[in-house]
Amino acid sequence: MNSFSPKKDSLFKLKNVNKIVTSPEGMLTILSDISFEISRGETIAIVGASGAGKSTLLGLMAGLDKPSGGEIILNNNNLVALNEDQRAEIRANNIGFVFQSFHLIPSLNAIENVMFPLELSGKENARHRASEILQGMGMKDRVTHYPHQLSGGEKQRVAIARAFAGEPSVLFADEPTGNLDAKTGKNIIETMFALNKTSSTTLILVTHDKKLAEMCDREILLEAGKLVSDKAIQK
Amino acid sequence: MNTIRFASKAFFRQVRSGEVIVMISAIAMAVASLTAVGFLTDRISLSIEKQANELLAADLRIRSPEPIPSGWVDEASSMGLDTAISQSFPTVIYSSENSGLARIKAVSSKYPLRGQVRIANDQLSDEYPVKKIPNENEIWLDESLLYRLNIEVGDSISIGNSEFTASAVLKYRPDQSIGFASLSPTILMNIESLPATGLITQGSRVNYSLLIAGEDDVVESYSQLMEDIIPNSARISDPSDSSERTNQAINRAKQFLSLTIIISVFLSGIAIAMSARRFMKKRMDMVALMKSFGAQKRFVLNTIVIQLGMIGVVGVFFGSLFGFLVEGIISNLLTDLFVSDLPKPGFKTLMIGMLAALILLPGFAFSSLLQLSNTSPMRVLRKNVNPSPPSEIIVGTIALISLSVLLYYFVRDITLLSIIVSGMSVISVLLFYLGQFMAKTLGQLRGGAGASWRYGLANVSRRGKDSAIQIVAFGLALTALLLLTFIRTDLLTEWKKALGEGTPNYFLINIQPSQKEGIKEILESSDSVAPDFVPLIRARMTEINGESVQERVYPEERGSWLANREANLSFAKKMNPNNKIIDGTWWEENYDGSPLVSIEESAADDMGVKIGDDLTFLIAGEKITAKISSIREVDWNSFSPNFFLVFSERALESFPASFISSMYIEEGDTGVLRELQINYPTVSVVDLDPILEQVRQIIEKISIAIQIVFLFTLIAGVTVLFSAVHSTIDERRFESALLRAVGMKKKNVLISLLSEFSAIGLAAGVLAATGSSILAWQIASRLFEITYIFNLSLWVLGISSGIGLVCGFGYLASRKAIESPPINVLRNN
Repeated sequence: MNSFSPKKDSLFKLKNVNKIVTSPEGMLTILSDISFEISRGETIAIVGASGAGKSTLLGLMAGLDKPSGGEIILNNNNLVALNEDQRAEIRANNIGFVFQSFHLIPSLNAIENVMFPLELSGKENARHRASEILQGMGMKDRVTHYPHQLSGGEKQRVAIARAFAGEPSVLFADEPTGNLDAKTGKNIIETMFALNKTSSTTLILVTHDKKLAEMCDREILLEAGKLVSDKAIQK
Repeated sequence: MNTIRFASKAFFRQVRSGEVIVMISAIAMAVASLTAVGFLTDRISLSIEKQANELLAADLRIRSPEPIPSGWVDEASSMGLDTAISQSFPTVIYSSENSGLARIKAVSSKYPLRGQVRIANDQLSDEYPVKKIPNENEIWLDESLLYRLNIEVGDSISIGNSEFTASAVLKYRPDQSIGFASLSPTILMNIESLPATGLITQGSRVNYSLLIAGEDDVVESYSQLMEDIIPNSARISDPSDSSERTNQAINRAKQFLSLTIIISVFLSGIAIAMSARRFMKKRMDMVALMKSFGAQKRFVLNTIVIQLGMIGVVGVFFGSLFGFLVEGIISNLLTDLFVSDLPKPGFKTLMIGMLAALILLPGFAFSSLLQLSNTSPMRVLRKNVNPSPPSEIIVGTIALISLSVLLYYFVRDITLLSIIVSGMSVISVLLFYLGQFMAKTLGQLRGGAGASWRYGLANVSRRGKDSAIQIVAFGLALTALLLLTFIRTDLLTEWKKALGEGTPNYFLINIQPSQKEGIKEILESSDSVAPDFVPLIRARMTEINGESVQERVYPEERGSWLANREANLSFAKKMNPNNKIIDGTWWEENYDGSPLVSIEESAADDMGVKIGDDLTFLIAGEKITAKISSIREVDWNSFSPNFFLVFSERALESFPASFISSMYIEEGDTGVLRELQINYPTVSVVDLDPILEQVRQIIEKISIAIQIVFLFTLIAGVTVLFSAVHSTIDERRFESALLRAVGMKKKNVLISLLSEFSAIGLAAGVLAATGSSILAWQIASRLFEITYIFNLSLWVLGISSGIGLVCGFGYLASRKAIESPPINVLRNN
């Protein structure tokens, strides 16, 4: 079931989004006719089985890729009409990421990893800001450690610090606890939600984790590339 | 943000990462091999040229039948050049009892300007070099003259109106060539003594020579200046004209050194391309991440280019340093081998390195970097999103153009370059398609093999294009190395053959027909091989196709000189086996028709004559005209009597001829020589050993230089093999760990790796051995003009070394991956 109704203070609008790719077997529909809207400050969980198209949808919403059809509007910018560089500019100013496999740069230490997007978008005082946020996450003693010297939980903390350091208006998290044990995962989620609350960031999560999904305001369920439910979560 | 600042920070942060180090190493290796090989080649060439200058006793010689005008000498002196004068002519000399024909060489005080004269105090004493010329009333004379005149050192002899003391035995002078004219026994005399002899009168047949030495560019300017001034009868010679034999060796050596430069650059290019590929693969995640954080494409591209520039600078620095050190070490090790007053490598080294990096880096890394900058940000979510590679044709063309530009700068030998570049291009394409074919077919064949082998062969198939690219890299590196090995072997064999045991070391000249039998008997009685007697007739050419040789216009200055000089003619039924007909035909053995003549190739070219032309000669007052029936290529390396002009037997047999012969006499077997000289004092016995020794020395230097340069290139090739294996090392490391984690034994992991490398090595080896054989044949026959003999064992060696090297380096590069605990690898991945 698709649900698309205009909302106040809308951040994201997706209208009839499709993604079709060519494969050796022929044309393959990854996403079909997806429409929904997200308001500022909302927390959304995109759930579904493997291969349902969750990551593809996340990539399209973040402007990492272009849909085959439909419209994706972020902050009144139609991502579909923008070229790669224009989409990159929007990401630089609005979007943060947390990935399942952390994606820390192995040759950079913790603080340098956090500084990386700040430097990339030309923000002043990158080191100071990175240090501040790492300290706030209890990583004071780990700032000069390299990724291979950090545990999985610590790596993800650095990744979260990196995502929030640029104060994005929307944060995408792709299975943020997928590589962590239950206890560490729980800690990470708590940290992420706490930061989200203080910074009023819109949080869009792709997850298999039921408990994590239940912590969000809304759950969007995908099946075989189709949106089958979009419901508010009762807490 | 500031791209330069960001790129520099990123560079310094990541400089310790593996892929950056590999890339720097590849560039450093390229620069080092170019600078070291380039400089070594320069030095060797200069050294060889300097030694070749000895063959003229100068850097430049002007020879004229007229006295040298003082203006020519003054001009040279005013340009700061050293000068010496010599006059040479035949005359009869007398002792109290005997007389003999000798060639007087009267020289001024600075003679020789290059090389040294060696003399001995008597026939039995050791020779030693001297830095002076004979005193005014003394002469130094060839040993054979002592026998002919039946005198000892210290006795006096008459030359013209003057009496001289024979004060030493003349053992060696640098400009003694083996032209027959100069093979008459020589007397070295002080030029100041010459006027008193009264031998130089109007009409005397004297060769006047002005010898010049100095800085290369000044000598060159002087040479150019004199070319416009000197009359037609005079001739300027530089070392390249000095001796066909050494000249050919020097040219071949230079070509070989050029070949090694081409191979070094080629190998460096492959190493850069392979390391750039790994650089790209390792950084795709990083670029995707940068893009996902909002970096624009231009920013990404600029960052990559700047980082690449920094990698280039560091590579050039270390490469130049290394090249400089290697060059210095080799030069120091070989001080005895090379002349010492050669310029030390300096700023030029750095410039060469920078130029090489500037051209090679974009040429070979461009496609990988372009591909890298096109990485989709979507890769942060899906690892399998890879940027599409640029077309192979574009990649190949860019690499080919950059390679050709760079190589043309270093090696201005279009034939060599075109053979290598076109040959290597064809081989690359074949290797690529062979790789793709293997990737397809091995997937089907693997069913029959054991588990480890199956997995290994499956890898070739699974890696598809990556396997094909590896086969190209391995194949090209092997082709280059095998090609160099084949050519090197051929050249060394050829030289060894030319100057090996049994090369004639004595010439017998001026043998009268009645003396032939007696000489033959002496030689046979001493177990020496009975020599062939070759007739020699002195003559002057008067007309070519009825036109006077003096008035004729020649395509080359040398043509005029050859036509106008006194010629040495010979006649024969059969052709000298060291000669080869390149145009026309040799006459039948029993031919008795009108006179025919066979002419040597370069003489025909320089005189502008062809098959069917008539040459007229004046022999002992009688005119004879012969038609050119064949043009011959002469192997001047053979050290047997060779002639520019050989007539059909009937044409010349009625003219009075003397005979010459060459023979080999073992060192120390002086009895035969003494017997010959005592019994036949009018026959000149000329010792070729000093000349042979000179040629041998040059060739030995060249051979050693070639071996050293070859070794260096070998190291470069090995680095390519290593970098090719290294380009897929991360993948292999992970796979090995995974296989071990699921229970495969270390030995079986190793077998699977080796089976993959064996398949790649076999494919690369077969094509490389075949391709390099074809290239070697082309280069040997078209450039070095030596007979290429296909060597099956070398071909087989090529294939087995292909498999061996690829497996060896594959093992070395992957060893760490196999031996480290799988958990470490898997955790770090």
